[in-house]
Amino acid sequence: MMTNPTGRVTQGQFSFLPDLTDAEIAMQVDYGLRKGYAWSVEYTDDPHPRNTYWEMHGMPMFDLADAAGVLQEMNECRKTFPQHYIRLMAFDSTRGVESVAMSFIVNRPSVEPGFGLVRQEIGGRMMRYTVHSYATDRPETERYTG
Amino acid sequence: MVSSPLYTIPASTRAAGAQGSPAPATEAAQAAAPRTVADVLRASQVEAVMDELDSDLVGLAPVKQRIRDIAALLVIDKLRLAHGLQAATPSLHMCFTGNPGTGKTTVAMRMAQILHRLGYVRKGHLVAVTRDDLVGQYIGHTAPKTKEVLKKAMGGVLFIDEAYYLYRPENERDYGQEAIEILLQVMENQRDDLVVILAGYKDRMDTFFQSNPGMSSRIAHHIDFPDYTQGELMAIAGKMLSSMAYRFDPDAERAFDEYLARRLRQPHFANARSVRNALDRARLRQASRLFADRERELTAAELTTIAEGDIRASRVFGQ
Repeated sequence: MMTNPTGRVTQGQFSFLPDLTDAEIAMQVDYGLRKGYAWSVEYTDDPHPRNTYWEMHGMPMFDLADAAGVLQEMNECRKTFPQHYIRLMAFDSTRGVESVAMSFIVNRPSVEPGFGLVRQEIGGRMMRYTVHSYATDRPETERYTG
Repeated sequence: MVSSPLYTIPASTRAAGAQGSPAPATEAAQAAAPRTVADVLRASQVEAVMDELDSDLVGLAPVKQRIRDIAALLVIDKLRLAHGLQAATPSLHMCFTGNPGTGKTTVAMRMAQILHRLGYVRKGHLVAVTRDDLVGQYIGHTAPKTKEVLKKAMGGVLFIDEAYYLYRPENERDYGQEAIEILLQVMENQRDDLVVILAGYKDRMDTFFQSNPGMSSRIAHHIDFPDYTQGELMAIAGKMLSSMAYRFDPDAERAFDEYLARRLRQPHFANARSVRNALDRARLRQASRLFADRERELTAAELTTIAEGDIRASRVFGQ
């Protein structure tokens, strides 16, 4: 995976930076809450870039005033899925926007095996290429176990 | 497999590089550290909060005293911090008991604001709930519901009105108990994030606490709201009227005093709430009195004045 020299999955905001601390996450969440976004927690064990919809952990949190509630939900998710990718997403419900305004990863597996390029030969001398996550070679519960 | 980065992530060596910088900051903080109570008072809004409370709320001496104590603790904690002594956040969960209309809800609304300005809660909003918002209707419904409310209240004050309804002793499978347990856990573990205020009538809250000793011991402040005296009720009426841009003429004021004396002796007297209702009815009578005279040009004084007749027409005087 020489194209991504950090050796980590880089999706969403802040993914080229060192992991955010809880205090830094709280500040980001507070920023979103001040903008009126609704935060939600999602997790997955398949970090393929086209895997857009991850599993929801609890309901999206509307009408919150403080980051403590979001962090509580996030920590519960971390406790349940310590070896999964977990991200926080902020939904902007402004009319005409109505989409995710912020999204960043807050938890990663201890080992991230990365992606390989898969070549498929088709008719003539044509080639098809796709990206394949090494983690998904193993069954769901055994990914990222080392 | 590339699990270790091929280059250094910018700022990842922060710990090593930043060693020099925090030291001057702490020195600066120590130089400006407050030494006297007056220093802290100048830096915070504690005194403004106290004055506002005194002028806005009539009576309620025990409540004001308790708020003053909490404010004093905050000031002393700041001074202790300057000496490097530890200052743990005190438990601020409260229970308001008292008869109807003694100002429990009003004070709770103010309390969120006060605690915010004193720096005990981060956001200072108030989430007011009753049993229906916390307790679900079927198995597994209560926990998510209670947790959602708690998340909304984080950083502010959670006000549970008529809290004794949470526990229904006559039904042992009632889901209220589940809500109480979740509440207790958060009250204990997330004291920095949330202040819980329970409110209810004295006798029923006492029964509630008897059957939930855990709840009683986790609440540091049990504040009893006394009934108002007649003089205090008059003062409250005056404040209510001026906030609505009305006033009594001198005769009406005497009549209202007499009205209160009679009303106090009757059953179901709900203190300030009864005063509000009486004033609302007087406003209605004033309106229909002015309405009757269609051609007259009304002055501002006439529109704002409540006359003796508007009070005397009350049912209370008929008995």
